[in-house]
Amino acid sequence: MNLTQILFWFLSALALFSAIMVVISKNPVHSVLWLIVVFFTISGHYILLNAQFLAIVNLIVYAGAIMVLFLFVIMLMNLNAETEPQKNKWLKMAGVIGGGALLLVLVAALKDADTRNQIAQTGVGDIGLIHNLGLVLFKEYVIPFEISSVLFLSAMVGAVVIGKKE
Amino acid sequence: MPINYYIFLSVALFCIGVAGVLTRRNAIIVFMCIELMLNAVNLLLVAFSKMHHLALAATDPNAGINGQLFVFFIMVVAAAEVSVGLAIIAMLYRNTHSVDINFLNRLKH
Repeated sequence: MNLTQILFWFLSALALFSAIMVVISKNPVHSVLWLIVVFFTISGHYILLNAQFLAIVNLIVYAGAIMVLFLFVIMLMNLNAETEPQKNKWLKMAGVIGGGALLLVLVAALKDADTRNQIAQTGVGDIGLIHNLGLVLFKEYVIPFEISSVLFLSAMVGAVVIGKKE
Repeated sequence: MPINYYIFLSVALFCIGVAGVLTRRNAIIVFMCIELMLNAVNLLLVAFSKMHHLALAATDPNAGINGQLFVFFIMVVAAAEVSVGLAIIAMLYRNTHSVDINFLNRLKH
C-alpha cells in the first residue's frame, strides 16, 4: 500500500464521516464546520488527482466564501440546537430509508459496469494545471465564461432585490 | 486509483446529501446538503476527466480537460445559487422568525 492509497482511504473515510456529521449534527454551526471539513477532504482528493487549480478554487470559493456566508447567516439569525426544528421520527426514518435505497440502487447498477479496468490517473498529468485550463477556458469556453459573468450580475441584483426591506 | 473507488465514494456522498435533504427541516441545512451533492458530482467529474486523460493522452494531450472546466462552471453557478438562496432564507426568517422549511408551503397559495 503506497502513500497515494493511504491518503485516498484516509480522505475518503474522513469525507464520509464528516458528511454524515453534517446531516446528524443538532447545532447548525457544527454542521457548517463539518461541511468545511468535507470541502477540505474533497480538495485533498483534487490534489491527489493533480487538479491543482480546482483544489485551490474549491478551497477559496467553497470553504472560504460560501461557508463564511452560511456561517454569517446562521449567526445573524442566532440559530442553535434549541431552536432547531425537528421532523417526527417516522419522517426521518423514511428519509434515511429513501437515501439508503438510492445508494443501494446506484451501487447495484454500477458495480458490474464496464469500468473495472479503468484507472484514474493520480499524481501525474498536467491537464489540471492553471496554464492548460486557462488556455482552453479563454479559447473554447470564452462565451460561457462571459455569460457566467452576466449570471453573477443577475444573481447579485436578485439577492439585493430579495434581501432589501420592502 | 481504480475509477470504481471514486464512483462509489461520490455515490455515497451524494446519497448522504439526499438523505440530509429528506430528513432535516432547517432550510439552511437542506441548502448545505445540496452543496454536498454538488461537490460529490464535482469530485466524480474530476476523476472521470483524469480517467479519460489517461486513456487518450497519446492522441490528444488535452484529453479530459473539458471535465475540469465543467467543474469550474459548476462552482461558478453554485456561488450564484448560494447568494440568491441565502437571500431567500434570510427573507423567510424575517417574515416568519423561523427557518423551518415547512413555512415555504405557503408559497403555493
